[in-house]
Amino acid sequence: MEYILKHPERMVALTLQHIEIVVIAVIVALIIGIPLGVVVTRLRWLETPVTGIAGVLYTIPSLAIFAILIPISGLGATTAITALTLYSLLVIIRNTATAIDSVDPAMEDAARGVGMTSAQRLFFVELPLGVPIILAGVRVAVVSAVGIASIAAYIGAGGLGLLIFEGIRTTDPDRIIAGAFMASLLALLADFGLKRLESTLSHDRATQS
Amino acid sequence: MFNRNPFDFIPWILNNQERFLSLLGQHMQLVAVAVLLGVLIAVPLGILASRVAVLAGPMTWIAGVGQTVPSLAILGLALPIMGIGFVPSVFALTIRALMPIFINTYVGIYSADRNVIDAARGMGANSTQRLLFAELPLASPVIFTGIRTATVQTVGLATLAAFIGGGGLGDLILQGLSLVDVPILLAGAVPVAVLAIGADIVLSRVFRLAIPVGLRTGQVKAS
Repeated sequence: MEYILKHPERMVALTLQHIEIVVIAVIVALIIGIPLGVVVTRLRWLETPVTGIAGVLYTIPSLAIFAILIPISGLGATTAITALTLYSLLVIIRNTATAIDSVDPAMEDAARGVGMTSAQRLFFVELPLGVPIILAGVRVAVVSAVGIASIAAYIGAGGLGLLIFEGIRTTDPDRIIAGAFMASLLALLADFGLKRLESTLSHDRATQS
Repeated sequence: MFNRNPFDFIPWILNNQERFLSLLGQHMQLVAVAVLLGVLIAVPLGILASRVAVLAGPMTWIAGVGQTVPSLAILGLALPIMGIGFVPSVFALTIRALMPIFINTYVGIYSADRNVIDAARGMGANSTQRLLFAELPLASPVIFTGIRTATVQTVGLATLAAFIGGGGLGDLILQGLSLVDVPILLAGAVPVAVLAIGADIVLSRVFRLAIPVGLRTGQVKAS
């Protein structure tokens, strides 16, 4: 704890670096994952291979993914972001597909009845109604990305994990605690904040209908 | 570091079989001990939470928070308390394995078909008998899924044990990283990935056999 108080600027800088890695990775995962989730609900035969591949990627240990990517993208933030994106894909694809599948069939029929095309139904009915479920996926992705990003410090991506590794190398418990505490806090806050957002949005939905 | 053939990790493993096998053994030992301890601790805790309603809320809350704390943070925090080596590594891995097993045990029992349990009660089964012969068997598919999740996750996390001298295949990854030697790095990374995926496949098969016959899905025959 003492370390946090003595080095406030460093703490802020490392925290921001950590957040940056996570945010970029999850946004890239959303850009890739949401369209894939949509495609999977339109072309059912793709569902098993797509979620299967994402599932296998999700199963590969993070240190192993970092290690496998290093020969391709080198040491640093790029490798970390790539790995975090790959991890986030599974939950985002799966939740997008679930979100679309769980839209009330009556709502779909109504949309069809007012003459909406398939694309219009997607953008004005299915995706807006699916936001809470997709957001739940984003929350899971963000929380695990915060955790894995701390390991990425070892491959030169920076962030709060740096403090933990410095602490391990120099046997300085204070530094380990500072890094571990801040990384945990970040994960908990992200979880809490996104959960709140989720319940606000699903509450709005409930009152509208 | 890029001019060497990445597939050189295969000859590396063949040339260093003894070291590779001992690290692989260490890795599996870390996983086995942590998951076993996880089951021994988390299943009773899950049963407790399903039995004592007041405890369920706080316990699932703690498990949720614990799930959120980054693994490296748990490992880092184990270091100043327990030092380096096998014991703190197993400790950190066990903590991590507890959460999925606990939650799945609790949810599995909680969501077990009430009618079956009522029937057991009607047949005069006492609380212990209901637990052993109705609730746990009914919950077993969910509990097994929790154990499988915990195992796959522990295979991956066990690579982090190398950071605090706990050994395992993570040693090769770290050595490869520090020597900037891709074959050594992949000699650790690829087997770990294969081990994790393999554990997932094998356990899902094994556990399917362990599930009570009446609960197996996809085997319903018209009769």
